[in-house]
Amino acid sequence: MNTVIFRTAAPLIVATMLVFSLYICLRGHNEPGGGFIGGLIAAAAIAVFGMASGVPAVRRALKVDPLAIAGFGVVLAGASGLLSLFTGSPFMTSIWLYLDLGETTLPLSTPLIFDLGVYCAVFGTISSIALALESDREEDL
Amino acid sequence: MGLSLDASVALIAIAPFLAAILAPLIQSLAGRFAAWILFIVPAGIFIVLLGLAERVVAGQTISTAIGWVPSFGLTLGFFVDGLSLVFALTISGIGALIVLYAGAYLRGHRHLGRFLAFLLAFMGAMLGLVLADNSLAIFMFWELTSITSYLLIGFDAGRQAARRAAIQALVITNIGGLCLLVAIIVMQQLSGTWLLSELRGLEGVVRDSAFYGLVLTLVLAAAFTKSAQFPFHFWLPNAMEAPTPVSAFLHSATMVQGGVYLLARLTPVLGETSVWTGTLVAFGSVTLIWGAIGALRQTDLKQILAQTTIASLGLLVVLIGLGSKAAIAAMIVYFIAHAFYKAGLFMVVGGVDHEAGTRDITALGGLADKMPVSFIGAALGALSMFGLPLTVGYFAKEEMYLAAFGGDWLAWLVLAVLILGNALLAGIALLIMIRPFLGDALPTPRKPHEAPIAMLSGPLILGGVAVVGGLLPEWLGHDVLAPATLAVLGVEAEPHLSLSFDITNPVLWLSVITWGLGILVFRQAHRIRVLLRRAELAIGWTADRAFDAVMFGLIRFAGAVTRFLHHGRLEIYLFTVFAMLGLALFVPLSLLGGFDWIVPTADLGDWSKRLVLPDLRIYEWGILLFVLVGLLAVLIAQSRLIAILSLGIQGTGLALIFLLFGAPDLAFTQLMVEVLSVVILTVVMTNLRLDARDHRPFEDWARDGTLAVICGAGVSHLLMLVLTGTFDSRLSDFFAKTSVPVAHGANIVNVILVDYRGLDTLGEISVVMGAGIAILALLRRRNKPAIAARGEP
Repeated sequence: MNTVIFRTAAPLIVATMLVFSLYICLRGHNEPGGGFIGGLIAAAAIAVFGMASGVPAVRRALKVDPLAIAGFGVVLAGASGLLSLFTGSPFMTSIWLYLDLGETTLPLSTPLIFDLGVYCAVFGTISSIALALESDREEDL
Repeated sequence: MGLSLDASVALIAIAPFLAAILAPLIQSLAGRFAAWILFIVPAGIFIVLLGLAERVVAGQTISTAIGWVPSFGLTLGFFVDGLSLVFALTISGIGALIVLYAGAYLRGHRHLGRFLAFLLAFMGAMLGLVLADNSLAIFMFWELTSITSYLLIGFDAGRQAARRAAIQALVITNIGGLCLLVAIIVMQQLSGTWLLSELRGLEGVVRDSAFYGLVLTLVLAAAFTKSAQFPFHFWLPNAMEAPTPVSAFLHSATMVQGGVYLLARLTPVLGETSVWTGTLVAFGSVTLIWGAIGALRQTDLKQILAQTTIASLGLLVVLIGLGSKAAIAAMIVYFIAHAFYKAGLFMVVGGVDHEAGTRDITALGGLADKMPVSFIGAALGALSMFGLPLTVGYFAKEEMYLAAFGGDWLAWLVLAVLILGNALLAGIALLIMIRPFLGDALPTPRKPHEAPIAMLSGPLILGGVAVVGGLLPEWLGHDVLAPATLAVLGVEAEPHLSLSFDITNPVLWLSVITWGLGILVFRQAHRIRVLLRRAELAIGWTADRAFDAVMFGLIRFAGAVTRFLHHGRLEIYLFTVFAMLGLALFVPLSLLGGFDWIVPTADLGDWSKRLVLPDLRIYEWGILLFVLVGLLAVLIAQSRLIAILSLGIQGTGLALIFLLFGAPDLAFTQLMVEVLSVVILTVVMTNLRLDARDHRPFEDWARDGTLAVICGAGVSHLLMLVLTGTFDSRLSDFFAKTSVPVAHGANIVNVILVDYRGLDTLGEISVVMGAGIAILALLRRRNKPAIAARGEP
């Protein structure tokens, strides 16, 4: 699989996939998409990157352990639900904030944070499994 | 004190736990003075309780409640009446002395702070148990005493015997604890209240119900395991593996008395029936005699004391079983007398062991010269145990004879058992007092000298109180017995204890007979011991060994079951799972008539003419063909990689179908899952370095193929059946209507995921991460050949 063409094209593919995954994740509330799908796309990107450049390179590029990203995602999702407690509503009641940016308004909300948490959890988990499988040597795990 | 009196009751139950949390810190700050500082807590509790005594003597009960789970109407209530006050005072009083004693006994021990923490927590659990009003709280404290005593017995965790004893105590008492929980729930269902104080008012609710037998059995199981009644007695002597302070505490006022307390507490609810009396008296009698004989068999002073505890517990249970006013009064006096002398004697024995280096009764002698104060302590305790006048023990004996005196032949039998048991205990008391301390001095491993003051104060104070209590019969009768019997029976026992001797009173002569027999037992102790040892060898089987046999049997059984289910052959796991799936699909369907519509009915006529091709567009046919080709390729593929890729084709086709029929989110996810599955499966298969070709015998192929067809047919059938039903659109209407105005999102699937059912999603992503961690753990294990080599048998 380590052909020159694949190795050359892989970073481009990976970059596109990662950006696309974020796009899919963010637009999810109104269009097909969402954190789960976005996370899967990003994880697939990482898997491709691992095949092309080798697992150590991917780990260096990621900077943090993918499993830590997954844990962060779960905590983030849970914490987004806790925010509603400050408004006196039950756990996970959504809060919306419309930022007026002149020409357009930017809707921000706790479900968005939650969805980002889902994204991180799925992305982290699947990537760490994929990387672990792709690495042959123990120290890469 | 700023607190109201009632709030202080709740504080009493909580303070020991706070002290326990702080104990290690105090130990590291205060060093050798830690025990003196922590002594304040139980001593303070004792004083507060004493302050409540006046009101309790006047016949009041003091209660307090704090909210626990308000939504279930649960309160954490405490109440103090005559019975709980006697128990709580004994626990905190002896507990205070034990804390001091432990500080000296384990001086310089590396884990003294931890030990004191366990001890205080144990005391708190015990106090909670006797003060709690809510029966669920009683269960909680009951289990807490089991857990803390487990920690205490196994304190010397480096020794296998200590660990075994701790586990044994935990297993036995926890069996009882679970029985107690069930009994409590049944009682609540019958009476509608969790509060014991209310339950006691509803007389007959439990006793006259059809479940009385069940509740009684469960409560007795709980009490008998906790209070070491025959045949569950064996854990108690083994608990001697604990350091001596624990034994002194465990055997006198706490733990084992939990069962006694429970029985006394539930007497108004369950008692006063012939079954109750018969069972308690029978088991108690056997335990009394068994324990006393067991004590005579031993030469280890601690073991002797432990066995006499079993005997004394049997005696208490007999008295509760008798249930008359005199019997309950006798039970209370005997409980106090026993707690005092047993704690004192244990502390003395611990001192002897500490200073002389042995506690074998045959290797000790003439210590009175070297340890005069210890001797005084031992003598005070032993004389109370012997039941000599001027001690509390004397009144206990008088009362119990009075309780059993007169009546039918059964009462006489009980009286005979009581006399025999008391005589044996009296003989043992003499043995403990005289053998180690009087007579010729024998060489001991260490040069004996007097124990430190902190270790002596306990026996001296307890022995002293036993004598003082013996000198004040009116006070004992009016201030202790009357409120306690009121609490147990609902009527006060009129005080009748006195110091005067009436020679015409037959009960006095029964005491004289007991003493005479006791002296006889003392003189013949050696001969009896030899005889008993011989008998033991002849039988060669004990309840203790039975416990081991049961435990090992359990472990072997678990191993066999595990090997049967967890054999490590993947194909059989998969076969089992899918066979079960097939059964789950077909059995309910056929039972509920799900196959009826397949069978052609007569009015259908020529059904083949009714078959029509579905009205699909050409590209839809194309996708179906695509899926079928993928499936076919999976079946005929010779190489694993091709099979995996073909599976991917089939999945992609499925994703396209989702897309065409209006589920873009689902299609998206399906596509991503397919891609990742193909990638991961390929990587795994490459890593496994299997043969490129997958050759399987025909039988396997036929078996798996049949199963696959069955499961596939089942799922398809179920789906078609579901589709024939009418679609209830209330939920989807609700989501379609509210997703934009309420949840500000047009994509219903996503809105459901992140908003409506966000909690589910949170759970799911946690599961995803958990599964990821598990997979990583498996992968790491695979990559460590050293572990893999020796891990699997």
